[in-house]
Amino acid sequence: MKIAGHKIKGSTLAVYLTVIVITVVMLLPFAWMLSASLKLDRDVFAFPIEWIPAQPRWQNYVDIWTKIPLALFIYNTSKLTIIVTILQLLTSSFAAYAFAKLDFPYKNTLFLGYIATIAMPWQVYMVPQFLLMREFGLNNTHLALIFLQAFTAFGVFLMRQFYMSIPNELCEAARIDGMNEYQIWAKIMLPLSKPALSTLTIFTFVTTWNDFLGPMIYLTKTELKTIQIGLRMFISQYSAEYGLIMAASVVALIPVLVVFLALQRFFVEGVASSGLKG
Amino acid sequence: MSDSQRQVAGRRKVRVVSKRRRRIEDALIAYSFIAPNFLGFAIFTLGPILFAFALAFMHWDGSNPITFAGLDNFWRLFEDPAFIDAFWNTIIYTAVSVPLTLACALGLAVLLNQKIFGRNFFRTAMFFPYVASLVAVAVVWNMVFNPEMGPVNMLLYTIGIPPENLPGWAADRHWAMITVILFGIWKSMGYYMVIYLAGLQGINSELYEAAGLDGANAWQKFIHVTLPQLAPTTFFVTVMLTIQSFKVFDQVYMITQGGPGTSTLVLVYHIYNEAFISWDLGYSSMIALVLFLLVLVVTVVQFRRQRED
Repeated sequence: MKIAGHKIKGSTLAVYLTVIVITVVMLLPFAWMLSASLKLDRDVFAFPIEWIPAQPRWQNYVDIWTKIPLALFIYNTSKLTIIVTILQLLTSSFAAYAFAKLDFPYKNTLFLGYIATIAMPWQVYMVPQFLLMREFGLNNTHLALIFLQAFTAFGVFLMRQFYMSIPNELCEAARIDGMNEYQIWAKIMLPLSKPALSTLTIFTFVTTWNDFLGPMIYLTKTELKTIQIGLRMFISQYSAEYGLIMAASVVALIPVLVVFLALQRFFVEGVASSGLKG
Repeated sequence: MSDSQRQVAGRRKVRVVSKRRRRIEDALIAYSFIAPNFLGFAIFTLGPILFAFALAFMHWDGSNPITFAGLDNFWRLFEDPAFIDAFWNTIIYTAVSVPLTLACALGLAVLLNQKIFGRNFFRTAMFFPYVASLVAVAVVWNMVFNPEMGPVNMLLYTIGIPPENLPGWAADRHWAMITVILFGIWKSMGYYMVIYLAGLQGINSELYEAAGLDGANAWQKFIHVTLPQLAPTTFFVTVMLTIQSFKVFDQVYMITQGGPGTSTLVLVYHIYNEAFISWDLGYSSMIALVLFLLVLVVTVVQFRRQRED
């Protein structure tokens, strides 16, 4: 077969066709969302779908900021997400260094504690956790959500898996050169672990930004709410205003898209280190 | 004992003492690395988990005094039809979605491991549903699969399926679980694809060259080189997927709320209902214990198998 003067093998063409079809299916809901966000409510369900509205209704993107305190929700979510991500990266990489490169009593027992909870659904202990936070006077504070998200078994596990792949000889050599363990962590491990740190950043950022049930349980005051429960609140308040709901949804997706696109080149590497070396 | 012998013994003692001191110092350094994370983890995760297990053997509504329940909550499981439905729905969800997600992720990874134009774009596109906010995409999903007005049924109608045969998706008890499963596969397969891509890149290309010299075609290379080489990755993906699907909740909450009837009620949803709707904290913790045991069994069995390999 010939396309634009180039010979193309049938199998290559089949690969492209399959990939393109799957990609379209994967992205179609987003395209529909974007398209609906620029329409009047009564046009949202018009069929056949008018993918690019003849008269895009940009007003939807203006209205959402006044219909709900969207800017405040975004500020709250950003604040939580940034603090949680920084805490997570620091404390996980710190703990992971000890689990991967140091020897100490009860190492395996403590690590087993982490491993055992990776599989543990949060819903199993969300009630006792809520009662504990209430005991500390932390309900209706952002601090509750920070404590809830910042110290995960997953973060420690991911970083440890990556550090295991760094040869021990590197640490030994640094020790002989007179570096202490903190210096080895700061000057050798941390710079080498950019892919793993990027992966953990994506995960933590995305999880915290998208978290829904946590904020729903802990934050009942509107001025504390995050974008996801704000969105959910908006959906129940304005259930028939599809255009506005879609516009708010698009706005809620943008930060995650930006972070993901900025860091995704580290992604395959990072996930590889979490997935392959047991 | 001669003087020299005494000297040697003394030195040995000093060495033993300083060795022990070194060991304590090393341990303290190691603990200082772990402490910031472990303290938070112990207080806000481990503690509540132990509390949850104790609660399974208590009666409590969160405000009145706690009373000991013994095995009351355990026996109640067998008389609670909602629990039995939730249990089987969770098993069905897992049995269907794990192999399907795995196959899709592997297929996609093999396709996108080839040197094709724009493959980074394609990879990113497949992955994006995974990072997208569940609230936002669930709203779209609900609208797109709306039985009366949604474009999916409109499309099915235009290609000639009579209205009475159109699927009711989330509103129909026979289709609701399928809708939740489809949504789950769509949302998560990109993530597992990335893990498989990483696995594929770890395969030595000489193996393919050798297979090629032996006259293997593409399919034979896939069966005899790719699949065995990917076995550790498949192990990891299977464990992760199984655990994830036992934990399924958010997508059910956003799409079907467990309904219609109990057709998509899953274990975590039942825990949520019993805890935050009925405030029956003891019973909800007993269901949580069942869920934990389920996850534990899978994890232990899989790790045993991995060790044998």
